[in-house]
Amino acid sequence: MKLITAIIRENNLDQVREALIEAEISRITVHRVSGHGQQKKEEIYRGRKVVPNLVPKIKLEIAVNDDFVDITVNTIIEAAKSGEVGDGKIFITPLEECIRIRTGEKGGQAI
Amino acid sequence: MKIKKKTLILISLFAIMLSSSAMASDGNGLDSGATAWMLTSTALVLLMVPGLAMFYGGLVRSKNVLGTMMHSFVAMGIMTVIWVIIGYSMCFGENVLGGWFGWNPDYVFLKGIDNNIMEAGVPEYVFSMFQGKFAIITPALIAGAFAERVKFKSYIIFIALWGILVYNPLCHWVWAEDGFLFNLGANGAIDFAGGTVVHISSGISGLVAAIFLGARRGHPNITVRPGNLVMTIMGAGLLWVGWFGFNAGSSISSGLSTAQALTATQVAAATGAITWMIIESIHQGKATALGFASGILAGLVAVTPAAGVVQPYGAIILGIAAAAICYLAILFKEKIGYDDSLDAFGIHGIGGITGAILLTFFIRKAWMADAAVAAGGTWTVMQQLGVQVIAVLIAIVYAALVTIVLLWVINKFIGFRSSPNNEMQGLDASYHGERGYGMLNPN
Repeated sequence: MKLITAIIRENNLDQVREALIEAEISRITVHRVSGHGQQKKEEIYRGRKVVPNLVPKIKLEIAVNDDFVDITVNTIIEAAKSGEVGDGKIFITPLEECIRIRTGEKGGQAI
Repeated sequence: MKIKKKTLILISLFAIMLSSSAMASDGNGLDSGATAWMLTSTALVLLMVPGLAMFYGGLVRSKNVLGTMMHSFVAMGIMTVIWVIIGYSMCFGENVLGGWFGWNPDYVFLKGIDNNIMEAGVPEYVFSMFQGKFAIITPALIAGAFAERVKFKSYIIFIALWGILVYNPLCHWVWAEDGFLFNLGANGAIDFAGGTVVHISSGISGLVAAIFLGARRGHPNITVRPGNLVMTIMGAGLLWVGWFGFNAGSSISSGLSTAQALTATQVAAATGAITWMIIESIHQGKATALGFASGILAGLVAVTPAAGVVQPYGAIILGIAAAAICYLAILFKEKIGYDDSLDAFGIHGIGGITGAILLTFFIRKAWMADAAVAAGGTWTVMQQLGVQVIAVLIAIVYAALVTIVLLWVINKFIGFRSSPNNEMQGLDASYHGERGYGMLNPN
C-alpha cells in the first residue's frame, strides 16, 4: 500500500478530481495549503503586479494499493500538467497500515 | 383684568405655532419631511444590493464568491449610468412608440430636472435616484439563476440590454402616469413597490436563462454546501431592513401610506420566515438558517406589490402563502431538474406572482371605494383580480420573450456561458484574477 501525496495548482482541483473519479480512484482527501517552490507567481493587487512569498496550492492525499499507484500518478499528471513552473509535485510514501474505522478491516481491502 | 406676563407670552407663542403651516416646507413646495425620508429610502434600497451580494455570495462555492458578488456590484455601476442617460426618461417620460416605453428629452442625463420639486414635495432628483435603485437591483436578482457559470463581460452586456429593453418598458407600463397597466381597470394594476416590475420580471428571466444556459457542470450531483452561510443570513438581514426603503419609500411621501407599507412589510417578512421554518422542520426535521432566510425573502417579495394596499392581517396571509408556495416551488424544481441555482425564480418569480394575485383579496376598503368611484359606479374584487392577472401575464410573457432573444443574440456573438475550464477553475480566478477567502477548506 502506498500513500500518494500530490501538490497541484488550486485551479486544477476540479479537473484532477474529475479525472481521478473517471479512473475509478475516488477516495481522496483534499487540503488547502501554501508553500514555497520554484514558482514566482504574479498576482494583480490594487492595480499592480506583485509576487507573493507563499503560493496557495491544493494537496491531495490518496491511499492506494500498489497496483493502482501508476494509474493514479498518471491521471494526476495528465490532468494537472500545464508545462509551466508551478504545476506541483507528487510524493509516494509507503503506507504501513490502513484501517477502516466502521468495520475494523485492515490492509489492502480497507483502502 | 390683570393678565400675568407669563400667560401673555404663552398665548403669543401658541398663536405663532398655530399660524405656521402643518408641514415643514419652504416657498417652492418642498416638503422636507418627505424629502428626508425619500433620501433615506434611496440609501436603504441601495444597501439592499450589497445585501443581495452577500446573500448570493454566501450560497455559492468559495471559488465563485467574488464573481457572484460582482454580479450585484457591477449592476450598481452600469445600471446607474444607463439610468441617468436614458433610463429615467424611458420609464417616466411620456408614451412613445405606441406606449412601448416613455421619453422626455428633459430627463436625458437628468439635465432638465436640476431645480424641479415634484408635486409630492420631493426634489425630482430624489425621485429619479430612488427609482434608479430599483433599476439596479432588478437585473442583479437574475444573476442568482445562472450563478457560477457565466462570463463576466457577457453578463454586463446582458444586464445593460435587459434593463433597457425589459425593465424600462415594464416600469413605464406599471408606474408612469400614462402607462397602460397604470391605467388598466378602475384604478390601475396594483403594484405598490415592484412585485411585477422587479420580482416577476427578474424571476421569469432567471428561469429562462437557467434553462437556456444549461445546468452547472456536474449538476445535480454538485456539492450543495454553501461557501458562507454566515454571510448569507447577514445579507438577508440587510435585505429585510433595506426593504423598508423599497416598500415604504414607494409611497413617495412620509405619511400615512408610508406607515401602512412599512407595517405590512415587517409583518409579511416575519410571517414568511416562521412559516418556512415550521414547514421545513416538519418536512425535513430541522429548521435551517437558509430556510429562515428564504422565508424572509419570500414574505418580502410577496408583500412588495401589496405593501400600501393591505392591512396587517392581509400581510400575514401573504407571508404564509408565499413561504408555503415558494417552498413547494423549490421542491418542484428538484423534481424537474432545471438549475435555477439560487432560486431566483423559485422565490422572486413565484413569490411575486403569489403576491400580485393574492393581494386582491385583502385590499383595504378605502382603495376599493376609490376604485369604484373611478370606475363610475362599482368595482369588485373579481374585476381587480382580472386586472392583476392580466398584468402578471403580460410581465411574464414580455420578460420571457425579450430575455430569450437577448440570450440568443449575446450567446451568438460573444458567448454567455463560461467555458468548462473557466467554470471548473471558478469565476474569481477566471474573470477577476482574485481569491475571495484566505485559507478556508475547499468545497
